[in-house]
Amino acid sequence: MDPARSEVRLAVQEAVHTLSSSEDGGHIFSTLGSLKRYLGDTESPALPREKEEFATVHFSAVLRCLAGVLSPGWLELLPDSRLEELWASFFLEGPADQAFLVLMESIEGTAGPSFRLMRMAQLLAEFLRAGRMAALMEAQCRQRMLPGFPLLRETLLSGVVGLPDRLGNRLQRGNLAEFLPQNYFPLLGKEAVRVLQAVVDSLRGGLDCSVSFVSQVLGKVCVHGRRQETLGVLVPGLTALTEGSCLWQRVSWRLVEQVPDQAMEAVLTGFVEAAPGPEVLSRLLGNLVVKNKKAQFVMTRKLLFLQYRLTTPELQSLLGYLAMDSQRRPLLLQVLKELLDTWGSSSAVRHTPLPQQRYISKAVLICLAQLGDADLRDSQDELLAGMMVGVKCRLDSSLPAVRCLGMIVAEVISARLHTEGPPLRFQYEEDELSLEMRALASPRPAGDGVLETPAETLDSGVPQAPLEGSDSELDSDDEFVPYDMSGDRELKSGKAPAYVRDCMEALTTSEDAERWEAALRALEGLVCRSPEATREVSVELAKVLLHLEEKTCVEGFEGLRQRALVAVTVTDPARVAEYLTSQFYALNYSLRQRMDILDVLTLAAQELSRPGRRRRAPQDGHPRPGSCCSPPLATSRPGSAAAPDWRVEVEERIRSKTRRFSKGTPRLVPTGGPNAFNSVAGYFFFPLIQHFDRPLVTFDLLGDDQLVLGRLTHTLGAMMYLAVNTSVAVPMGKALLDFVWALRFHVDAYVRRGLLSAASSVLLSVPAQRLLEDLPGELLEARSWLADVAEKDQDEDCRVLALRALLLLERLKDKLLPPSP
Amino acid sequence: MGGCHHSRVVPQSPGDCALPSMAAHLPPPPDPQFVLRGAQSPVHALHFHRGAQGCPLLFSGSQGGLVHIWSLQTRRAVAALDGHGGRCVTWLQTLPRGHQLLSQGRDLKLCLWDLAEGRNAVVDSVRLESVGFCRSAVLAGGQPRWTLAVPGKGSDEVQILEMPSKTSVCTLKPEADAKPGMPMCLGLWQANSSPRPLLLAGYEDGSVVLWDVLERKMCSRVACHEEPVMGLDFDPQKARGVSGSAGKALAVWSLDGRQALQVRGTHELTNPGVAEVTIRPDRKILATAGWDHRIRVFQWRTMKPLAVLALHSAAVQCVAFATSGLLAAGSKDQRISIWSLYPPP
Repeated sequence: MDPARSEVRLAVQEAVHTLSSSEDGGHIFSTLGSLKRYLGDTESPALPREKEEFATVHFSAVLRCLAGVLSPGWLELLPDSRLEELWASFFLEGPADQAFLVLMESIEGTAGPSFRLMRMAQLLAEFLRAGRMAALMEAQCRQRMLPGFPLLRETLLSGVVGLPDRLGNRLQRGNLAEFLPQNYFPLLGKEAVRVLQAVVDSLRGGLDCSVSFVSQVLGKVCVHGRRQETLGVLVPGLTALTEGSCLWQRVSWRLVEQVPDQAMEAVLTGFVEAAPGPEVLSRLLGNLVVKNKKAQFVMTRKLLFLQYRLTTPELQSLLGYLAMDSQRRPLLLQVLKELLDTWGSSSAVRHTPLPQQRYISKAVLICLAQLGDADLRDSQDELLAGMMVGVKCRLDSSLPAVRCLGMIVAEVISARLHTEGPPLRFQYEEDELSLEMRALASPRPAGDGVLETPAETLDSGVPQAPLEGSDSELDSDDEFVPYDMSGDRELKSGKAPAYVRDCMEALTTSEDAERWEAALRALEGLVCRSPEATREVSVELAKVLLHLEEKTCVEGFEGLRQRALVAVTVTDPARVAEYLTSQFYALNYSLRQRMDILDVLTLAAQELSRPGRRRRAPQDGHPRPGSCCSPPLATSRPGSAAAPDWRVEVEERIRSKTRRFSKGTPRLVPTGGPNAFNSVAGYFFFPLIQHFDRPLVTFDLLGDDQLVLGRLTHTLGAMMYLAVNTSVAVPMGKALLDFVWALRFHVDAYVRRGLLSAASSVLLSVPAQRLLEDLPGELLEARSWLADVAEKDQDEDCRVLALRALLLLERLKDKLLPPSP
Repeated sequence: MGGCHHSRVVPQSPGDCALPSMAAHLPPPPDPQFVLRGAQSPVHALHFHRGAQGCPLLFSGSQGGLVHIWSLQTRRAVAALDGHGGRCVTWLQTLPRGHQLLSQGRDLKLCLWDLAEGRNAVVDSVRLESVGFCRSAVLAGGQPRWTLAVPGKGSDEVQILEMPSKTSVCTLKPEADAKPGMPMCLGLWQANSSPRPLLLAGYEDGSVVLWDVLERKMCSRVACHEEPVMGLDFDPQKARGVSGSAGKALAVWSLDGRQALQVRGTHELTNPGVAEVTIRPDRKILATAGWDHRIRVFQWRTMKPLAVLALHSAAVQCVAFATSGLLAAGSKDQRISIWSLYPPP
């Protein structure tokens, strides 16, 4: 036997014995002092072989023994806490991995709150503060792989990463600040940088090192969901250190490469989130995506197609990273093709939530901005073809936001790929999103991420020379306040007909554009003023108006025509509504006309159901802009106090889905009165709901014309709501619930929204008692359907609407239950 | 529009002119102070006069050939002068000396009335040669002699007369290749520094021409409009003028030191046709008489639109300002409206 080994063993055995049995402080102190020799750092250090023997074989045992003897009395065997210091120094100066394991072990092994537990926890905090975690990881980096080693490593790993959890569980309310995750993980990040610094130093010194333990720690931390805390410290540190140093960069690449596969996603997501830009990301990751399959999957598929949580700058970092190296660029091109496929797939358009569609669209635009013309040239045709398919199915959608995305992306792609010939131009509303999207498409100047706003350059380009030029006179103070000049309109010659019949004649036969226009402008007022004369020709007039085409450009033509039609419908509701509803399902109408019919019916129904409407003076000529008022519907209605918020809510929905050109004038005194819609609601409602499932040659509601179907569902819902307090509400509700039931799985989100608001209308308008008596089965079915939609529908609006309808159902239940005493 | 450059075009289409939200904060258009009825014929000419004993008067010339004298205190017609044989009175002007009124009629006569001490008799008349609608212009200081510009015999000529002797000083005829068409409106003025009278004339082809009367020379010509110039007014202090035409725009032009006219900007109107443009004597605002029945008021310094006065039910033919700041507008609907906007302090 090796004499050194046996000597160490003897010394340790003796010390352990002394520690566990002796009560003599001085003796214990000297025994520990002699053991301390093996840790070095004293005046008479032991031989290296002895030290190694002690560290590898006996250290854990000694530490366990030290942990075991700990008690308040034991520490006070010597005054001035000399013994305590010596005791602690074994944990803080010896090999960190063993010290850490023993510390954790004894903390976890100690039951309940006790002096020992707290002392050990404090010692562990001290251990952390002293930077021993870095020493622990550094030692792991230097060690050669030994047989049986992986197990220890695994234990260490879970200890290092799980420390906050374990300590939290053990210490409960007595937990120390150092062990809280928000403090511990940044510390771990900082320590990791220190370890890497040591690794770089020893690599410079020619020593071989491995960073795989740090990688594993990193991976495990990220998998545990603590990537923000750790990488928030680690990445900025690495960013600074890798700048201009190839060795550091290689270490960083190695660090990420060594991350275990199962943790790769979490780590890479963290890097993308924490890196300030594509340059940094490229420096930290190197060509990882090319070398590592898992990383490639994460970066080119998972983060782009399967998730949509990256913010736009992060997305720019990620795609910019792919674009920065010639080896990675083919990947980016591939990504662009796949993105376009997804963007243009009709199934994706229909079944993915809107935020994800926005995400994909943004990614497409960023890809385009990152790729050079040379990269795009070869696959130009393929990309254009993909774009065309996508635009088609997006423009078919009935959701404005989806259409808008289609238009923006198509404009950018065509401008980029189809440089010869005029670029595509669509009309869409300029909003924040469209501006942001188009800003994404302009390539970023290399090096900085600041986008120049084109508006500024435009502004300065226009000469703003004031009229008076040089004469800044004394009279600069006379800023006269202008009067309202909104009445200053183009003058129309006074050819307006004075009778409804004349108007009709002018509209059908007049070749004189001015007379025609004057007739159109005068019509609404005339109809309101002379209801008797209108009734004589009402259906005829409605026919003329429905088929009216804008011969010359007339400002506000659509609104004028619609208002006139609404006025006619209100004046003679039964016959005109009968005519209009029959035309809705007739042959040879354009979709526009059919939707006009729906709008007119809704507006007329609203007008009819408005309380106190007869007192209203006929609206003349031009309503003054700015004289808007809250919709008359929501203002007052008997019983509205019971559920005012829902009235407003549903009204809001109806209003947002209905095209409206004018609003009623404000009434000062709301007066009660019978609902004029009562007697005619059937004429409005039932013909519309009857024929939706019978396709015509030119009109197929259940097929291509889902936009009209969506409008129809909203119209029916609105009518249902307007028929509140009418006797016909119950059969209407029944028919509407059947209608909703038949279409409930419609693929188009706009249609589903209409169905859901229709369901809410039924719940609002049909008296609760009747609902329960007449429609219990329907209610139950609706309930389960609503619950299903609220949970699973991919459209957010649908989910919200379903939730509201469910809440209405709940209220219904409350209403029916007798109030508890 | 020839050499015009639009340095400032204020949008005037209904959609642009005022946002609804802004409109809510602006005061509604003002009402007139009062309306004078009783001309019994479309009003074609207006002129304010500070009558005897400080009683302000308004002269109006009607299509029926009468000149009405209105008292602004009683708001009644004081007298009606019949001197044009039932033919339209197109221009009225008082002379600073004595109580003398000039009236121009479509009967090709320019009458000089003596109104002193309640008299109302024609003391003199000038035979006109032109049958056009061009209003004459007068340049009269304190001296007994004054200068009159009237449309001349030739269709494109302007004749300058020295009054009261009625001697023809000169005839201003454009060069043969200029072809500006008939003169449509005239403005005589004299720069403070020089004794030379200058004439501004708006022509049928839409151009405004500056004539040096003594040298009978066309100093400058600028094409401001595409339609005939219907009215102009000039502000000698700012050396800037404004003209309105049968078209949809007002033009502001200026005169530089070398007597060259230059278009400074055009201002689009909602409806075409301006019968007369007048700058208020204190040069703060200007008013236009619109064929679209409306009076428009602008700030003269910036040409910012201030008000659109829609009272009349037919074309407004003339606008006039009193030194007190009152604005009068005469319309084809036979009414004269009196307004007080942004009164001078």
